[in-house]
Amino acid sequence: MTVKGADAVLKALEQEGVEVIFGIPGGASMPIYDPLVDRSPIRHVLCRHEQGAGHAAEGYAWATGKVGVCMATSGPGATNLVTPLADAKMDSVPIVALTGQVPTPVVGNDAFQEADITGITIPVTKHNFLVKRPEDIVETVREAFHIASTGRPGPVLIDLPKDVLNADVEYRWPEKINLPGYRPTTKGNNRQVSEAVKLIMASERPVLYVGGGVVKADATPELFELATNGRLPVVTTLMARGAFPDAHELCLGMPGMHGNYTAVTSMQRADLLVALGARFDDRVTGKLAAFAPHAKIVHVDVDPAEIGKNRVADVPIVGDCKDVIGKLVAELAKRQGEHGTPDRSAWLGQLDEWRRRYPLRYGQESDRLKPQYCVERLRHFADDDTILVSGVGQHQMYAAQYWRFERPRHWINSGGLGTMGFAVPAALGAKTGQPDKRVVAVDGDGCFQMTAQELATSNTERIPFVTAILNNGYLGMVRQWQELFFDERYSGVYLNPDVPDYVRLAEAYGAVGIRVDSPEEVDAAIEKAYAVEDRSVVMDFRVDPREGVFPMVPAGASNDDIILGPEFAPHETPGEAPIV
Amino acid sequence: MNGHLHTISVLVEDRPGVLTRIAGLFAARGFNIDSLAVGATEQTGVSRMTIVINVEDKPLEQVTKQLNKLVNVIKILEHDPGSAVERELMLVKVKADGDARARVMEIADVFRVNVVDVTHTTLTLEAAGKPEKLEALLDLLRDFGVVELSRTGRIALGRGNRGIKDRTLKVANDA
Repeated sequence: MTVKGADAVLKALEQEGVEVIFGIPGGASMPIYDPLVDRSPIRHVLCRHEQGAGHAAEGYAWATGKVGVCMATSGPGATNLVTPLADAKMDSVPIVALTGQVPTPVVGNDAFQEADITGITIPVTKHNFLVKRPEDIVETVREAFHIASTGRPGPVLIDLPKDVLNADVEYRWPEKINLPGYRPTTKGNNRQVSEAVKLIMASERPVLYVGGGVVKADATPELFELATNGRLPVVTTLMARGAFPDAHELCLGMPGMHGNYTAVTSMQRADLLVALGARFDDRVTGKLAAFAPHAKIVHVDVDPAEIGKNRVADVPIVGDCKDVIGKLVAELAKRQGEHGTPDRSAWLGQLDEWRRRYPLRYGQESDRLKPQYCVERLRHFADDDTILVSGVGQHQMYAAQYWRFERPRHWINSGGLGTMGFAVPAALGAKTGQPDKRVVAVDGDGCFQMTAQELATSNTERIPFVTAILNNGYLGMVRQWQELFFDERYSGVYLNPDVPDYVRLAEAYGAVGIRVDSPEEVDAAIEKAYAVEDRSVVMDFRVDPREGVFPMVPAGASNDDIILGPEFAPHETPGEAPIV
Repeated sequence: MNGHLHTISVLVEDRPGVLTRIAGLFAARGFNIDSLAVGATEQTGVSRMTIVINVEDKPLEQVTKQLNKLVNVIKILEHDPGSAVERELMLVKVKADGDARARVMEIADVFRVNVVDVTHTTLTLEAAGKPEKLEALLDLLRDFGVVELSRTGRIALGRGNRGIKDRTLKVANDA
């Protein structure tokens, strides 16, 4: 069948199961927009900025487990995708970006709206393609989806020159994918699995250090079996909140720079860390040389380059978490059947005691509205199936700490790159992928202003969600660091909580705006917001600007030097916890 | 010569931009490439890069792992100096007038290198061999005055009857 190149692109996307594209058209990408009128069943969501389209594709991918697709024209449209591509690379989010390109005869000629987008995006994509021949279109789309979604997932960009899109091409679906240099290892080595289980059986103070890879691999049922059968306590990193239910007694919560005391200290005192799809990121380890000094390391990851990158593994296992954790469960069951389950009541008792003595704590005694309280109440009125999205900064940490996560793929945020402005467009994408679930974006006032224009997309395309701005009038996380480490010399952080007027801004975008000034107003406001279903809602929570995120391990410090925060009296400060 | 000089061979798909991807990986991690030679192989569509790099063992391991992740990279091998044949080609133009001419030709003779161009004032030599041999030759020629120098960078093949791609291509064909 002979079709136009642009039709071939859309048909190939359709065969890959794509339902929706987030994008903005332009001169070079216009050929793709013509079949979207009536020749393709794929929905196009017209975003208001290409960065928004990229983050929406990420939110969609996070929420559904499928590949998200975004599209932009050549030049500035394409360069506006760089941030979401970098974000998706850091957080291993499977997205495919399509960009228009100037016609091949003028590529490299500084033509109008030309940018060397494949050159620009090499470092921020898993792979990218410039399609120079129309007959390569279908094969390229297929390879792009394969690369984006397998192994360690990530972003792939396809650059499509306008003449290639306009050319006639014979549409033929390739039976085989020919990528001789791309063969991710997914099956874990059985002997290594056996070695890992030996270490688990021998350990007195084990911790499962669970990262985003477990969610990406849909390995949470296997993780649940491993933890509960082995009675192994679990920490879930920022990327893995919800991979193991927070309500479970074995869940210690989030470790890292703003992790809770028990999660952080459990790793410091552990004699075995089983890292599952986690990468020993500096925000988790603190000062690397002082991280988990007594622990042997089992490191499971689908990306061999992560193993041994920051911390040498005693037992490295390259493989997909679903496969490897499944094997660990089977092997552990066998060993425990032969030798019984090791008695670790002392360790579990110690963890319980830490939890009792050093819980997450904030002071909501005054009439000042605390951001943590807002998050708790937002969670209180939501069900377990609510998807929470956040931007980057203090509000992100409050959300990660105080929301109770029970299910995977219900927490979406920008972890590795730390992209401010992620929340609103990612919520748009998540709601598009999961229209029957409530989506709540907890955002900061700084973040919100970077991408708020996607509220127009939301209300035009009828993709409604709730944005809860924790408005403290500051770039709060930077302010907190200036307070703690720059002698309270505040520089370049004051935003002004009254400008813009977020309620009127919301209304201007066709959304419902609700202002919340005091703790008493919180519940009624949330109930009102959650009752709105036909359009987006923006809540303007006027929170205490002096509130800080605690606990905190200062950048570069050892996790042993965790600061509990002002809610703990000096005599309660634990110092270095003893090993039980 | 430094103890951390490594020679690695990288088999890549012959596609536009592959060199950029590889060079970019080294640059992003702050590594200097000492030499880089690219050329065709016995297989159509596959190129071989020989990269000489001065780096500690641990960062090298990370770089080779990252290189392996590039979709267009088929196979990587680090050569153990004892079990690889390493060669380089060099063209060197030397000042050679009057008495110097005979002495340069004598040196060329000793090193078994060819004179490929002659003028009234210069001789151009073509030298191929182990990197150490070229260094020794160059050291002697500097006394006369080196006008211009061009080197190809090192290429290498492992000794023995097996090629680095044997296993790889089999796997690729099965996929």
